[in-house]
Amino acid sequence: MLQNAWLVPSLPAAAFLVILLFGKRAGKSAAWWGITAVAASFVASCVAAVQWVQRVDDATGTSNGLAAFTKGVVTTNDVHHVVKPVTESVTWWQNGAVKFGVGTYVDGLTVLMLVVVTLVSLLVQIYSVAYMRGDRRFTWYFAALSLFTASMLTLVVAENTIQLLVGWELVGLCSFMLIGHWWEEPENSRAAIKAFLTTRTGDIGLMIGIIVLFFTVGSFGVGATNLYATGAGAHHDLLLAAAVCLMVGIIGKSGQFPLHTWLPDAMAGPTPVSALIHAATMVVAGVFLGARLYPVFFNGFSIASGGVNFMALIGGVTIVIGAVLAFVQHDIKKVLAYSTISQLGYMVMALGVGAWSAAVFHLFTHAFFKALLFLGAGSVSHSAGHTFDMREMGGLRKPMPITFWTFLIGSAALAGIFPLAGFWSKDEILVNAGANGFDAFLIVGLIGAFLTAAYMTRAVWLTFFGEFRGHGHPHESERLITGPLVVLGALSVGAGVINAAPLGLEKIKDWIEPTFAFPVVGHAAFDYPKAVLSVGIAVVAIGVAAYYWYRNAERPLLSGLTQRSPLARAGYRFLVNKYYLDDLYEKVIVGGIQGAVARATYWFDQHVIDGVVNGLGRGTTQLAHYTYDIVDQRLVDGAVNELAHEADQAGAELRRVQSGRVQRYALLLFGGVGILSLALFLTNTI
Amino acid sequence: MELNEFLILSAFLFCTGIYGVLARRNGVLVLMSVELMLNAVNINLVAFSAFTKNVSGQVFALFVITIAAAEVGVGLAIVLLIYRNLHSPDLDEVDQLKG
Repeated sequence: MLQNAWLVPSLPAAAFLVILLFGKRAGKSAAWWGITAVAASFVASCVAAVQWVQRVDDATGTSNGLAAFTKGVVTTNDVHHVVKPVTESVTWWQNGAVKFGVGTYVDGLTVLMLVVVTLVSLLVQIYSVAYMRGDRRFTWYFAALSLFTASMLTLVVAENTIQLLVGWELVGLCSFMLIGHWWEEPENSRAAIKAFLTTRTGDIGLMIGIIVLFFTVGSFGVGATNLYATGAGAHHDLLLAAAVCLMVGIIGKSGQFPLHTWLPDAMAGPTPVSALIHAATMVVAGVFLGARLYPVFFNGFSIASGGVNFMALIGGVTIVIGAVLAFVQHDIKKVLAYSTISQLGYMVMALGVGAWSAAVFHLFTHAFFKALLFLGAGSVSHSAGHTFDMREMGGLRKPMPITFWTFLIGSAALAGIFPLAGFWSKDEILVNAGANGFDAFLIVGLIGAFLTAAYMTRAVWLTFFGEFRGHGHPHESERLITGPLVVLGALSVGAGVINAAPLGLEKIKDWIEPTFAFPVVGHAAFDYPKAVLSVGIAVVAIGVAAYYWYRNAERPLLSGLTQRSPLARAGYRFLVNKYYLDDLYEKVIVGGIQGAVARATYWFDQHVIDGVVNGLGRGTTQLAHYTYDIVDQRLVDGAVNELAHEADQAGAELRRVQSGRVQRYALLLFGGVGILSLALFLTNTI
Repeated sequence: MELNEFLILSAFLFCTGIYGVLARRNGVLVLMSVELMLNAVNINLVAFSAFTKNVSGQVFALFVITIAAAEVGVGLAIVLLIYRNLHSPDLDEVDQLKG
């Protein structure tokens, strides 16, 4: 399976084509074709993961295999063994000596991503069968989901940066299609266009970064690039340039400050799509890129030397910015969207502070609990009157017990409560940030943990506690919806154990972290005081937030403070307007372009291009008239008419010969014979 | 006997036949004129055969007589049909194929 990893993206891609071609006729069963394909992909990914683990264990000669994992037996082996990735490639096209390949690059990170993407996609598709029932474009929705999954998988297995770029753009396209799924509302299509254009802005950086890397390394290959960046002769300045450009791509795709504005608007799409975008496919593509080409960033940003670097800075700023914005949202999905921005900030910051395995670990656990939270929000909305506004919810704890408990688990995991999945990964990021000499980012991370716990408490409180403030009769969702919730809930509880350091399990480090072409990164030991500190901060935040909203339950939300203090009101307005970033982009930047450049282009269009085009058109018309009058009408038609006229005349003359009288014919016959005889006689005698 | 005498007789007969074919209006007489022309040819064939001591001319004459018999059979049938349809043996009446 490691050699045949191309199968994993191919199956959903095939499902996409089949649903697209035959889906209309099949109707509802088309959804199950997509689910079957992604389920097969999931099985294939699991097989690949097991084979990769065996490959690593064979190379290191330890018994850290699956059997040992389940028994809890661990043998440490400090010798640094190199486990090469499994690379398969065929030449796609060739230009001179430069070959553009397409293939698969399978290592620990790849198999981890394959499993996560296919699993989350599978659960989301099952959930969608119930959630999207009766939708106008039901089959098209599933076709797009399949293509979305296939694109992400293509990106994940990419063997070279060009293929990665192709997958990257396909993911962007699919998210555009799905965010604008209900495009009849102009707001939704606006959100889709905004998502597409904002990520495209970042993509330009990615493209330039890939080109810079190509001219630095001389190859598009992922392995070759990483090998070059870890080598002794690597050109640091060029790698810095490439890393900055690639970082712009990550900022666009992974919703990092300042290009995060598209992510909350992307909530316009159907909720399962939001879950997929936020958990497994779209936004983690940026983090994946950072992890995949990590040596480039490590060398380019000089991460080993500590201090502040671009990557960690962006991540740190995003943590706080996203988390603060989550407080002023009334839409539960937007709370989760800002939470995703904040959590992606953690991942990028972790990469920036040299905690590679912590970043990947957090990506892994975050996928489960964020998918769970989004699907839970969808379940709430589905049964509580089709609204996402938390002001119209409340008290849903009793009518929807399964959704409530799974949502609570997801929130606790997100807040980093021991021993749920989020605790282990977030803690590992914080510990490594401290151990690698990035104390400032350790503090930022702790602030983020406090904010995360507080805003999730607010969301849970407003949604599930107090009195029901909405319309309709809330009820528990059906099994197709709660089933995926329960599975994801279990994963949110248990997924953290895979790298729970105090239990002696560090499987992300052992199995996933590359040993081939990878910089030497430190691994901080589990730090009990810090773990207690981060959990304590989360618990305090939950307590403070719960107390605050419990007290405010009777009164309109947040009205007390903002009415009393003008400073708080200004701050609140600043947050509600999302730091005025949207205004900056749309009014100042886009408006400026619309103003000057657009006017100049319009003038050029009207006067120069239109003048040329109109002149050409007029000339052509004249020529056509001339040709019509002279050539067509007189010459061609005249010749044809004249011929016909002559034929008519000749016929009129000749018809007199056809008298119908036999003897006249005979006379002509004999006359003819006589003339011929005379001619013969004359020619013979003369 | 000179050959010329035969040829002159033949030519006279042939011309009589042509005149009959072109000038007579009765279909039966036209057929009889055609017979005259055929027999003028027969005279020619036999005369040349006798004078050149070559029998093939006489054989041809035999064939012509046979064909003439068949031709008269068909021709008389046509004339009969014309008479039956038009109540007249007059060939000038038969001009339905006029252009």
